[in-house]
Amino acid sequence: MDYVIEMLNITKAFPGIIANDDVTLRLRKGEIHALLGENGAGKSTLMSILFGLHQADKGEIKKNGKVVEINNPNDANNLGIGMVHQHFQLVEIFTVLENIILGVEPNKYGFLQKKEAREKLLKLSENYGLQIDLDALIEDIPVGMQQRVEILKMLYRDNEILIFDEPTAVLTPQEIEELMNIMRGFAKEGKSILFITHKLNEIMAVADRCTVLQKGKWKGTVDIKETTKEELSWMMVGRDVKFSVEKESPKIGNVVLSVENVTVKSKESAQDVVKDVSFNVRAGEIVCIAGVEGNGQTELINVITGLEKVSRGKISLNETDITRMSIRNRSKLGISHIPEDRHKHGLVLDYSLEKNLVLQRYWQEGFQKKGFIKKNVVRNYATELISKYDIRSGEGPKTIVRGMSGGNQQKAIIARKLDKECELLVAVQPTRGLDVGAIEFIHERIVNTRDKGKAVLLMSLELDEVMNLSDRILVIYEGEIVGELNPKTTSVEELGLYMAGSKKDKREGDEHAKLKK
Amino acid sequence: MQNSKNNFSASMKKITKSKWLSSFSATLLAISLGLIFGLIVMVVASPTDSFSGFGMMLFGGFSRLGNVFYFATPILMTGLSVGFAFKMGLFNIGASGQYTMGLFFALYVGIMFNLPSGIHWIVCIIAGLIGGMIWGFIPGLLKSLMNVNEVITSIMTNYIGMYLVDMLIRNNGKMFVSSKARTAYIPATAQLPSLGVTDSNVNIAIILATLIAIILYIVLYKTTFGYELMATGHNKHASHYAGINYKRNTILTMVIAGGLSGLGGAFAILAPSNIPGSSMTYEPINIIAANGFNGIAVALLGNSHPIGIIFSSLFISHIQRGGTRASLFGYKPEIIDVVIAVIIYFSAFALVMSSAIGVVIKKRKERKAEAVNTVKEIEEA
Repeated sequence: MDYVIEMLNITKAFPGIIANDDVTLRLRKGEIHALLGENGAGKSTLMSILFGLHQADKGEIKKNGKVVEINNPNDANNLGIGMVHQHFQLVEIFTVLENIILGVEPNKYGFLQKKEAREKLLKLSENYGLQIDLDALIEDIPVGMQQRVEILKMLYRDNEILIFDEPTAVLTPQEIEELMNIMRGFAKEGKSILFITHKLNEIMAVADRCTVLQKGKWKGTVDIKETTKEELSWMMVGRDVKFSVEKESPKIGNVVLSVENVTVKSKESAQDVVKDVSFNVRAGEIVCIAGVEGNGQTELINVITGLEKVSRGKISLNETDITRMSIRNRSKLGISHIPEDRHKHGLVLDYSLEKNLVLQRYWQEGFQKKGFIKKNVVRNYATELISKYDIRSGEGPKTIVRGMSGGNQQKAIIARKLDKECELLVAVQPTRGLDVGAIEFIHERIVNTRDKGKAVLLMSLELDEVMNLSDRILVIYEGEIVGELNPKTTSVEELGLYMAGSKKDKREGDEHAKLKK
Repeated sequence: MQNSKNNFSASMKKITKSKWLSSFSATLLAISLGLIFGLIVMVVASPTDSFSGFGMMLFGGFSRLGNVFYFATPILMTGLSVGFAFKMGLFNIGASGQYTMGLFFALYVGIMFNLPSGIHWIVCIIAGLIGGMIWGFIPGLLKSLMNVNEVITSIMTNYIGMYLVDMLIRNNGKMFVSSKARTAYIPATAQLPSLGVTDSNVNIAIILATLIAIILYIVLYKTTFGYELMATGHNKHASHYAGINYKRNTILTMVIAGGLSGLGGAFAILAPSNIPGSSMTYEPINIIAANGFNGIAVALLGNSHPIGIIFSSLFISHIQRGGTRASLFGYKPEIIDVVIAVIIYFSAFALVMSSAIGVVIKKRKERKAEAVNTVKEIEEA
């Protein structure tokens, strides 16, 4: 069998951690090859080596049987290797076209020849069914489109080997389906695809073969046709993983969070992004807000946690009005919040892990005395959380968070939140970017919180998670709650219809009930 | 014996590994590059005397050590002011205005009030502190209430402060001596106690300023307030999300930064000095105080770290002292300023270099580790 790319016995060490330990990966022509592993298993490092962002300490890379040297992304590009990064590398204020040609601008005597590029791109997008407006600004188009720009970038450079680094992490279910089709199209054309992920469903759906890494070591390469989800997850985590969440029926208590007629104005336009929304969350239940991204759920969560202000309506926690309360006081009253954007809100990336772990409680008695932070208490507390939540990092509590892998950063946030006693847990995409083992752990913890009689408000874009975890689903569409569903009696398809806005319930009944109360 | 040797090498490793060393060596590298360029400028300006002139610049300060400390005091304070605000992500370019305000308040209390000696100078210092705090409060308030960029407001408060002070002095018959176009001298009661080093003007202010730097270090790195402040500086959104009161901290930080600059002004004007016009009196000639802007350079070179700023202010003061003495070899003060500017310019690269040095050290370490591993493998085989 001919291989286009062979990465043989690759070893790469970083201070305190061996990211790749004697890893071998062979890519056939025209195949979709998945690279599977837990957070921090070394997938991204391996791909960075192939793309020339890092250099291997040991081992060699062959293309079509010949040893090649890849010292930087330009070398990779010359060999026909392209990569879509997890965090897109786009210039926000440039148009789609300008972004695609950036670095390989066609020119005549130094003058830009955009027409040439445009023709080539139109042809490409037609061939592969990648519809896109070449003159739109990046900042104006949704994430799914931006990814398309990244893909077109690779095609424009005539790359034959395409690396996708966790491409589905930011996409909606519909967009994921489209991406899968696009990838299948590429493979048919004879392009070879490397697909980094830790979502087993996607691998089963689209990949031909799969290489599994575990803690930096090669665990095996398997044919997808001859394997099962269970086997893959066993290879990846080294133990059995439960895919469905086991939970008892909820023991519902009093109303903890009550949201009444809340309206939130958009920051950009005069429109309301959340329109007259009312609902409540009771003790001992997990309520999920489901919806396609951009339908007002972020704003709704933000007014509950205090990051944004309501323009009308009332929010109360255990019958205390918190509508205008500061974030610190809400936190003291017992709201715990796992934020959506971990880099923006969740972490101070240049602080050490231990400092981040106390970000929401450094002011508490015990962690500080008369305004002086007790270093030893913080250190011990951090060490405890690190082992309890299996947060992996180079230098333990002293690691600067910026250098940690995305999954471990998320674990740090989760550890900080779930360790705190709370009345209401607001979890926004709590498992985004995590592997199955970690997801299982976090789901267990969330169910645990519920069983302790706490209220949980969940927001997730992953339909599996919504269906699996919640006791009650509220579907939000264009700022309004259009349906209240029971996950046990609802199918995923039905939920999808609600989310797309093609089905709507009248919720006047609820309003009347509330008025009577 | 073996044991102590191990301990020693372990502690050495700890030192060479530390972040502190790499940022320190980066600063040293920046300074030496700056000095080389400074030498080139001097060679171009006057080749024959360049080496003796350069030598005087480098070492001339040592024979005037007292005055090095004396001139370091105000820029140490403004440097702390800029560096402290910078830790919260605020660029306090208004150190000049705050310095001038502090200077004016101290001068006013010094000339207008009659207080017993032993108390007078202390009251003057406190007045200077208050003056600077007020002038830092304004941009802080505007930033936190209306989100007006502090760079713009503090540039404006620089001018407003300077013109306001000059106007107030000119209109005050008791303070202003119109025949000399400058204020009267402050009375001896308002002067800071000298440290009594012969042939120099060094006074108690340098000790106070160093103490303040140490206190700031403790506040920044050991207290919850410092934790909040630097968290905000690193990531405004995350600190907001964590419930840190951004508005209150912005005002507080600017008030403290203003107070530090104000103290700098007070220390400068209250110092007993035998260099004519360098202190105890003020000339209202509509010039923005250079010590405020020098504070930005000091903070930059000291990496905004309070302890680093102590050394960077001493260094810049030392070069300036040496520079004035280099005029013995016919160099104009402007050339000296160019050399100092070149050094500061290179210090801006300090951060870039610090990461570059980090990479070099890391690579060397990795290579070493690899060698050790291979040796082990061979041994095992």
